[in-house]
Amino acid sequence: MSPTEIGNPDYFHKVVDCQWACPAHTPVPEYIRLIAAGRYSDAYMVNWYSNVFPGVLGRTCDRPCEPACRRGRVEEQPVAICRLKRVAADNKDDDIQGRLPVAPEVRNGKRVALIGAGPASLTVARDLAPLGYDVVVYDAERRGGGMIRSQIPRFRLPESVIDEEVGFIVGMGGIETRYGEYIGSLRQVLAEGYDAVFVGTGAPRGRDLDIPGRKEGAANIHIGIDWLSSVSFGHIEKIGRRVIVLGGGNTAMDCCRTSRRLGGEEVKVIVRSGFEEMKASPWEKEDAMHEGIPILNYLVPKEFTHKDGTLTGVVFEKVAAVIDDKGRRRLEPTGEPDVHVECDDVLVAIGQENSFPWIERDIGIEFDRWGMPVVDQVTHQSTNSRVFFGGDAAFGPKNIIWAVAHGHAAAISIDKFCKDENVADRPPPLVTLISQKMGIHEWSYDSEIALDQRYKVPTLEAAVSLANIKTEVELGFDKVLGYAETQRCLNCDVQTVFATKLCIECDACVDICPMDCITFTENGEEEDLRRRLSAPAMNRSQDLYISPALKTGRIMAKDEDVCLHCGLCAERCPTGAWDMQKSLIDMVHAAGHSGQYA
Amino acid sequence: MTYVVKPKFHHPALPKNSLGFTHRDYEGSVSTLCAGCGHDSISSAIIQACFELDLPPHRIAKMSGIGCSSKTPTYFLGQSHGFNSVHGRMPSVATGASLANRDLIYLGVSGDGDSASIGLGQFAHCLRRGVNMVYIVENNGVYGLTKGQFSATADMGSTSKKGASNNDSPIDMVSMALLLGATYVGRSFSGDKDQLVPLIAGAIRHRGAAFIDVLSPCVTFNNHAGSTKSFDYVREHNEAVNMLDVMIPRETITAQYEPGTLEEVEQHDGSVLRLRKLAADYDPTNRLGAMSYLQERAALGEVVTGLLYIDPGSGDLHDRLKTIDAPLNGLREAELCPGSKAIDAINASLR
Repeated sequence: MSPTEIGNPDYFHKVVDCQWACPAHTPVPEYIRLIAAGRYSDAYMVNWYSNVFPGVLGRTCDRPCEPACRRGRVEEQPVAICRLKRVAADNKDDDIQGRLPVAPEVRNGKRVALIGAGPASLTVARDLAPLGYDVVVYDAERRGGGMIRSQIPRFRLPESVIDEEVGFIVGMGGIETRYGEYIGSLRQVLAEGYDAVFVGTGAPRGRDLDIPGRKEGAANIHIGIDWLSSVSFGHIEKIGRRVIVLGGGNTAMDCCRTSRRLGGEEVKVIVRSGFEEMKASPWEKEDAMHEGIPILNYLVPKEFTHKDGTLTGVVFEKVAAVIDDKGRRRLEPTGEPDVHVECDDVLVAIGQENSFPWIERDIGIEFDRWGMPVVDQVTHQSTNSRVFFGGDAAFGPKNIIWAVAHGHAAAISIDKFCKDENVADRPPPLVTLISQKMGIHEWSYDSEIALDQRYKVPTLEAAVSLANIKTEVELGFDKVLGYAETQRCLNCDVQTVFATKLCIECDACVDICPMDCITFTENGEEEDLRRRLSAPAMNRSQDLYISPALKTGRIMAKDEDVCLHCGLCAERCPTGAWDMQKSLIDMVHAAGHSGQYA
Repeated sequence: MTYVVKPKFHHPALPKNSLGFTHRDYEGSVSTLCAGCGHDSISSAIIQACFELDLPPHRIAKMSGIGCSSKTPTYFLGQSHGFNSVHGRMPSVATGASLANRDLIYLGVSGDGDSASIGLGQFAHCLRRGVNMVYIVENNGVYGLTKGQFSATADMGSTSKKGASNNDSPIDMVSMALLLGATYVGRSFSGDKDQLVPLIAGAIRHRGAAFIDVLSPCVTFNNHAGSTKSFDYVREHNEAVNMLDVMIPRETITAQYEPGTLEEVEQHDGSVLRLRKLAADYDPTNRLGAMSYLQERAALGEVVTGLLYIDPGSGDLHDRLKTIDAPLNGLREAELCPGSKAIDAINASLR
């Protein structure tokens, strides 16, 4: 193998698994260390810069970082990254607004329209307003936040948190909010002479279930996301005693838990697929079951039953997963008798779709055969160069953190577009690599490895939390628990950096490494090398760090996979050939890099 | 010295031996020697050898004297017995321990000061008597704990860190061991675990006095240009006569070698020492040949390493003294007090 180029910003970025997995590339270990140091506001700012909604995401994020967390490969559970974010948000200073950027008095004369006031649009606004853009945000609802406000139940996310973080953005100045204004025609918006238009309208249409009885039972059959938003805005306050939620995603989990709080006593989630295949995050399934909601699997809805114009239940066909000749997994009827489940109300949460009835098809925006706009994956520009898409509106339903990442990317494009620059030209991240050595046996990061298992987030008693839909279930980590959890972080951004010229091949690092990550051996092809390391490196998604040839002609090969970043290699190196260096990868946004907020 | 505790986490795919232990289970507390010390590599080689041989740690006794080397038993086999004796007196204590309990595996760890100076007499008699033990000398040519004076194994003409030249003749521990009747003699280098681990494993499986001289660079005082015990010097002058594999009886030998390149020596316990010859005319079962080969090569400035001598029919101190097979702590009153009739018989035989 050829020597690793650690100068490539992606190399060490990939070692920080959480940051690499985060669509917005939040520097996770950096803010976790700040929380450990009690610097909650600083931790909040690191988050705010990257993901814009730390308080919201600290409660609701889909956490792609956690399955990626290296800790999960070393022991059972990853670090509770998401809930640590909430610790930063909960404990930040009251006057944090003073640290946020403000729109400059001198405007740049450009006007940008953002359609939809969800996380994608608000991120664009956040990135563009400080540059002097005049931003106009349109939303049909009376308040900003989009699906954050309309679809996430209050018992998971208090309204005050949304208000605060939406307020941080709108309060920067330079942003005009036209709430309550439904946009019925993109042509009309374009005609108003905006320099650019961003479409962040989400995936607003819940999929329906067209089976017999749908029409007759209509009064008691509701589309999940519409129902949730009606609950959110106070239009619905009750549901029947027996409720069936159809679907296995996170929306289904929100529906069933909301039902429990609106009078649903016998609430069941009924899913076509098996438990493992359900789209809902494992923790959301757990939370639902914890509230006494059974999840029934392998049942396909066949018919709504009704009597005298009132819904009486749903008939299900029993299926089983079968692997066919081509190795594909399919659901096939078992032949057992159908099951009838009685109920008073049904919530259909089987997916959501995009819907662009308000975009004319003759204004230069191409749509593909699935009715989705043709949007560049990197620049978010559509085929009408003045129109950009982001969030669920761009590539279909994802989640908040993806919407934020899209917003950042689109803001860069819009800024470049308005300056007549090439939108395909993307700013590289700022990378700093700084030694953490303070002296002999002294490192500026906490290199000791805590053996603690993942801490559980304290919750309210079910009886209390089920009584009021606005009572937040999770209490969040307090400072003490939060600190304990921070200690589980392995500081993956503190990199083991190897200086070939200094190495005397004494083996001290090999001997001390608790994870058998380091090997000095003859060079070879990657597959061969992976097999003959101190401990075989079979996780191919993780790189090998290869040095140039040493004095003996051998190379140093380090498997990044389960490195604890404990620094013992550097600690035991007599010549300083190993050093622990913090790699801070700072994504550059339209508004610049995080350094300016620090 | 390292203050950070080595984390308990280990690689999820770490192999286990037949006892269910990983090599991490054979570790001791974290080393307090200088970072990069060759001795730590030797500790690690001992750990690896014990792991590979499936040894239950509680059946091993670590014996040592005084010095950097003699501190190391703390850093490996944390679940084993140990005795840290007076300077240079490890061999006596090991001899006594071996006589009292012949069932344990004795691992003597000493240094060039401990064995070539203050303990030279002890070293000689221990090997001469054939105490059933592994005697490892961690040889760095300097007194590291007292700031790097030459030791008795420092080569004539080699220089100290400050540039002073050594004018005395060196003691070659390997030549002495051959002369004194050790039945398993090897030399290796802390920076070459491929060679060192099997050499230690073979010594553990050997019955009788097994001696290994391990060149172990002192990174603090003796790893400079004028040293003949530095990483660079040893690597440049290292002439291995063979590569050893220790085959435990249950394993079958599958690798194929050119005829004449492989020599197999079976030890008492059935383990097979498989030697891949690197020096074509070297015969490790010829004590006389080994002695003269070492002298010839030393004169050329080479450091000869490998399994230098093995006596496949070796015996040990217990054979020579015709001691009882059981360890003394296993003897009951019946064996210890054979009764007045037995005494009378003995007395009668002496009249």
